[in-house]
Amino acid sequence: MSPGNNSDAIKLVNLTKHFGEVVAVNSINLTIEDGEFFSLLGPSGCGKTTTLRLIAGLEIATAGEVYLHNRPLGQTPPFKRPVNTVFQNYALFPHLTVERNVAFGMEMQGVEKQEIKTRVAEALDMVQLGEMGKRKPKQLSGGQQQRIALARALVNRPEVLLLDEPLGALDLKLRKAMQLELKQLQEEVGITFIYVTHDQEEALTMSDRIAVMNYGDVLQVGSPGEIYEHPKTRFVADFIGETNFLNGLVAEIEGNQILVNIDDQVLIKAQCTAPVTPGQPVSVVIRPEKLQLGSEGLIDGIVKETIYIGTDTRYILQITDSTLVTVREQNINPDYVGVFHVGDRVGLNWNPAQALVLTE
Amino acid sequence: MATPLTDHTIYQKGAQVYQNQPKPGLWARIAQVFFSLYALSFYFFLYAPIVLVVIFSFNVSRFPNNWAGFTLDWYVKLFGDYAIGFALKNTLIVSISSTIISTIFGTMISVGIERYRFRGKAPLDALLFLPIIIPDIAMAIMLLAFFVLVKMELGLSTIIISHVAFNIAFVAVIVRARMASIDPGLEEAASDLYANEWRAFWRVTFPLLLPGILAGALFAFTLSLDDYVITFFTSGPGSTTLPVRIYSMVKRGITPEINAVSSLLLLASMFLVPLSLWLQRKGDDT
Amino acid sequence: MATEPKTRREHLTLGVLLSPSLFWLIVFFTIPLLVILIYSFLDRGTYGGIVWNFQLDNYIRFADPLYIGIFWRSIVIALIATLICLLMGYPMAYWMATRSPKIRNTLLLLMMLPFWTNFVIRTYAWRFIIAREGILNNTLLGIGLISEPLKLLFTDNAVILGLVYGWVVAMVLPCYASLVGLDQSLLEAAQDLYANRIRTFLRVTLPLTLPGIVSGSILVFVPSFGAFVTPDLLGGGKADMIGNLIQQQFGSASDWPFGAAISTILMVAMLAGTLIYFRSLRNETEQES
Repeated sequence: MSPGNNSDAIKLVNLTKHFGEVVAVNSINLTIEDGEFFSLLGPSGCGKTTTLRLIAGLEIATAGEVYLHNRPLGQTPPFKRPVNTVFQNYALFPHLTVERNVAFGMEMQGVEKQEIKTRVAEALDMVQLGEMGKRKPKQLSGGQQQRIALARALVNRPEVLLLDEPLGALDLKLRKAMQLELKQLQEEVGITFIYVTHDQEEALTMSDRIAVMNYGDVLQVGSPGEIYEHPKTRFVADFIGETNFLNGLVAEIEGNQILVNIDDQVLIKAQCTAPVTPGQPVSVVIRPEKLQLGSEGLIDGIVKETIYIGTDTRYILQITDSTLVTVREQNINPDYVGVFHVGDRVGLNWNPAQALVLTE
Repeated sequence: MATPLTDHTIYQKGAQVYQNQPKPGLWARIAQVFFSLYALSFYFFLYAPIVLVVIFSFNVSRFPNNWAGFTLDWYVKLFGDYAIGFALKNTLIVSISSTIISTIFGTMISVGIERYRFRGKAPLDALLFLPIIIPDIAMAIMLLAFFVLVKMELGLSTIIISHVAFNIAFVAVIVRARMASIDPGLEEAASDLYANEWRAFWRVTFPLLLPGILAGALFAFTLSLDDYVITFFTSGPGSTTLPVRIYSMVKRGITPEINAVSSLLLLASMFLVPLSLWLQRKGDDT
Repeated sequence: MATEPKTRREHLTLGVLLSPSLFWLIVFFTIPLLVILIYSFLDRGTYGGIVWNFQLDNYIRFADPLYIGIFWRSIVIALIATLICLLMGYPMAYWMATRSPKIRNTLLLLMMLPFWTNFVIRTYAWRFIIAREGILNNTLLGIGLISEPLKLLFTDNAVILGLVYGWVVAMVLPCYASLVGLDQSLLEAAQDLYANRIRTFLRVTLPLTLPGIVSGSILVFVPSFGAFVTPDLLGGGKADMIGNLIQQQFGSASDWPFGAAISTILMVAMLAGTLIYFRSLRNETEQES
């Protein structure tokens, strides 16, 4: 399994899961490549954890199929699947020492005692907890438990590693540190990681590719850059990062660019590759950092609020009677006051290529 | 997370917080003293009869209302008393047998009920609850009537059967509580780590369940050891147990031997109960 | 996270786990229960057997003032015992709950130890104490508080005493559990809102620990109502309760059907009482919210 082999580690074909009347996973199709760090991202209840559990075998699909390296998994129970899971609450066996915990999977597979010993030591070293072998889980901190859970899963050399929001219980600083560690670990080990999270920043930081999910559907799959810069639906644009939504009607079409009429007061120039007709209601999506303020601009606005957040200042501007936009400007100014003040009339500028038009 | 209730001071944070509390006023402190005196007398009330029985088991006099000197005679006599020895043997046979059976069956049904969802769970819950709340005497006579009806001879086996009938329910309560506190995600994790259902149960769930099982067993043993009413009605001649023997001795008139055998029985129970509690608490560390 | 059994293996496992206990409880509990129920409608044979002659006579016979008297007396005694246990037990639970967590477990253990020793022994021990020439009387006479020994043994009061002694711990334990589980921040909130200690207790602590009180009451009332050993040992035939009445039918009186009927009435009364208690308490808590 060399990286760059680009075979499909996991392929989900029309995968569906119903819980009674509730459709948790709605016939999704997904391909995850070998050696990638792939994230399933979405709000609570979107089906991402269920999808993960379907891959692990902890749930049986209502319809559809999971392929692991082109082998259909069917109804194979979890203990016969060469995948391992890092659980959200770690699920470390409280009655076993750290060593026995990590050794568990290998014992079940009948690995030879000497080999188990060596591999356990290696795994513990890999997560920098080599000294903790004889301790019990309850004697470790949350962060340490999380790393043991990781070691316990990885030591079995699974074909795919599944992680179910493993960093949720950690405090912010620890979480950020662990994110980097996990990413580095994945690159070292080379195993495909499938990572479930509701934290979009986390997904953007760690993933090679992300699948954004909502209500059991996969809305968009792509690299962090693709997802962030080119969201395909309103939900994705809203869920990832901050966005301005400017709703209006198509006024003019000039090749790849269109003009959108907002409230009959303002015309916004935006990029649009999809076919639209004049008068069609659309949403223009511009990220706050893509807007620049100046004395003059494509349109005007009045500063309603300024919010200082250290690295940036956020400005809230009124551009029509009923539309506000948020603009983020980096605080390069040596004084901590923003350049513009409440009540100022300022101009907004942007590259039309960075204003997207969404029809859904 | 709920912190324990405290009244005048907060104990869990240590001296630092203690110092910040206003000192309770005079009335409050007098009340505290009386309150503690009340508690002390409560304990006195609880232990007095027991202590008396033990004390008087060493009394030379046959009559319990005056102290005539210290003696071990009654204990000596006890060891020569054939009837009591026989009753003790029966008691042990009954208690141990019924404990083993009810612990195994009670644990099995606890695992089944807590692990699975199925129709008829509610009536089963009720069925497991009834033996606990039904009055002794009602249960005793219904078992008696049943045994007579099916022409089963009253003896040790009928006693054992009866004890199992109520002990299953008690074991189930204790084991179920323990089972419910075990994270179901652990068996999932075991399954993810290549353990099939059988191994996942024996390697993960069972070790965690064990303190509860042992606590349940000890509890059942104690209940069996001390049972009078049900045993009385379901025993026949030749299958007397210790509590039944003691009872008949009491009704006939207190002999000091009763105090001796009672003291021993009391001490046995008092040893088993802390053991059971300790086991239950040991499990709670997880 | 209980799941439905899916595979055939799981169904089989569930069946195996449930069967032994189910068998036992059906054959050696449910069926005997039905037997007694049926017997209560039968007739007594001349020599003490059973005659399969369906009738309601046993129940009608129970309506006799003699028996109804015993029934009511049992209820009253049980209620008094429960009340006393509550008045004695709740403060004790409160005291325990407000001790340092370190010694609380020891206190708990000390309380439970006597409770789990043999009930018969614990009960007969009171005969030493409250008999005419018992320790209590001797002490009181010795001090000079009384001039004649008190008649305590073999009265209703003796039975109540025996029941309270036997079951007060069953009241303390649930109350204690309730009190210990109380969220202290609620008390702090009450005090922040100008409630003094007494009002905090009445308006916050007491209502919130009501479930413990209810459990405790049931745990005391049920065995008290159906008591047999206590009235037998301490009542001496003068304070017969329903339990004794039933025992007589299966002993000297040899009237099993009648005994069965009384037993059925006892169980129905117990069930009804418990349900009413639950229901009325739920109504009260609902009214408050």
